[in-house]
Amino acid sequence: MANDLRPDNYIPGRPFLTLLQKEVRRFLRVSSQTVFTPIITASLYLFIFGATLGERITVIEGFNYAQFVIPGLILMGVINNSFANTASSLFMSRYLGNIVDLLVTPITPTQFIFAYTIAAMIRGLAVGTVVCLVSTFFAGLPWDAPLAAIGMAALASFLFAQFGLVVAIYANSFDSLSMYTNFLILPLIYLGGVFYPISILPGPWATLSHLNPMFYLIDGFRTAILGVGDLPLWLSFLVAGSMAAVLFVWVTLLIGRGYRLSS
Amino acid sequence: MIDMQKPALSLDRLKKSYDGVEVVKSLSVTIECGEIFGLLGPNGAGKSTAINMVSGVTRIDAGTVQIFGHDNRKDYRITRCLTGVMPQEIVIDNFFTIDKALKMHAGYYGLKDDPAWRSLLIDRLGLGPHLHKVMYKLSGGLKRRFMIAKALIHKPRLLILDEPTAGVDIDLRLTLWDFVREINQRGTTVLLTTHYLEEAEQMCGRIAIMNHGELVALDSTKSLLSRLGGRQVTADFDRPIEQIPVELDSFRPVLVNAGSALRFALSAGETTIDLLDKIRGLGLVVTEIETRPPNLEDVFLRLTGSKNNGK
Repeated sequence: MANDLRPDNYIPGRPFLTLLQKEVRRFLRVSSQTVFTPIITASLYLFIFGATLGERITVIEGFNYAQFVIPGLILMGVINNSFANTASSLFMSRYLGNIVDLLVTPITPTQFIFAYTIAAMIRGLAVGTVVCLVSTFFAGLPWDAPLAAIGMAALASFLFAQFGLVVAIYANSFDSLSMYTNFLILPLIYLGGVFYPISILPGPWATLSHLNPMFYLIDGFRTAILGVGDLPLWLSFLVAGSMAAVLFVWVTLLIGRGYRLSS
Repeated sequence: MIDMQKPALSLDRLKKSYDGVEVVKSLSVTIECGEIFGLLGPNGAGKSTAINMVSGVTRIDAGTVQIFGHDNRKDYRITRCLTGVMPQEIVIDNFFTIDKALKMHAGYYGLKDDPAWRSLLIDRLGLGPHLHKVMYKLSGGLKRRFMIAKALIHKPRLLILDEPTAGVDIDLRLTLWDFVREINQRGTTVLLTTHYLEEAEQMCGRIAIMNHGELVALDSTKSLLSRLGGRQVTADFDRPIEQIPVELDSFRPVLVNAGSALRFALSAGETTIDLLDKIRGLGLVVTEIETRPPNLEDVFLRLTGSKNNGK
């Protein structure tokens, strides 16, 4: 490889860092939509379930409803925002044509994927952290396995950043993009055990819920925080990790081939 | 260091099809270091597709692209560092200002910001007063200027300009071409497409003409003009011509000025004297004569068929 043909001041990691910086700046520029709105939404949920109903309902032994619902709300913020960041950013670039700006540069497919993914994780985890801080006004949490909780949040964020990239590549319009959010992500989250434990559902519904990938993420995160859940922690990590790996391979194949990015 | 013995750009049997329709048919062209090379053709001729295959925006079906001897698929990180592209469509990111976007674009190429070079581009392209405006507030002309700055921010050795002057005012066109000449003199090879044939004639040392995905001519601008474009002669007569004499058919006459004049398109090798001798032999009296040297438009129209071809 005649690397000497590159300019003298070529810095190998710089294309990746620049794209990462650009992606972070992009969502910060519209932070009222991308960061503050999700925080306000999550805070309203916290108010409803924490200050009003939280003390009056118990769904698992030893915890009030606010304590039960907070982990799910934190993870919901992480998932929604990680997904929205990659999906909207890449789709907009495709839609407006400025993806060409990246296609003509020496950025590699791996750098491309990781820059988009890490920026989405920063947004998702930032929203999750703020929701977590706000939740302390409504209920205290035991944080049974804090590292596992952080790991699960990071894994969920990574997984949905990959899914966002897949959706951005396949979506043909803003309508189809919002269809994925409204008809897939939201129902899966709501039916995945954010607001109730799957174990209280009647038999067939509980079995069906085990097919919902969101259940493993939410239950794993809650188990790490409260110390109790429907599934063992290792199983949640195994399922979530496998899903993340499959999606990552899928994204790598799509972006490596320039599928629907180059003509 | 770049091997100046190797061509700046070499396309070898390049092919591209969309939905079974071949839009670039086995295109082979070599552009030497230091040239300003024009790629011309009517709309839909395959110029932009060919350029997009060079820049990496479009996948190559068959054939190869070599930039300074490096394959643009195998060594894409090198070839993209060596190439600056200004696409035909306006491509901007509305989130950023000109200043931010230029700095960022240098970063995509792995470069630290070079304030001196950036300032030069900003200055020469008249972007100074607009540096801190976000993109959607810029006029069409400013967006084009910005795109040229963006294509040059990493000091490419090969600059590709796809219709850079489409829809821009005369002032910007002149500024742009002056700057392209300057960049070329600094050692950058330039490949450009344009619909303004006069510009191509003035700018390019060599020209390739494409039509229906194929190369129909490739030569130096001078040879192309002399080989294919003879002079155009307009002769006024002392009385209206009712019927064009068949003896003049070889000079491709057309009645003009309400029949009081004939315009002839001379082929290479035919001279005005030959034409006048023929006219005199027919007993016609020429009162005035006007001749015009061949231009690229004549060549272009002859090679691509007609004025309406592909448009």
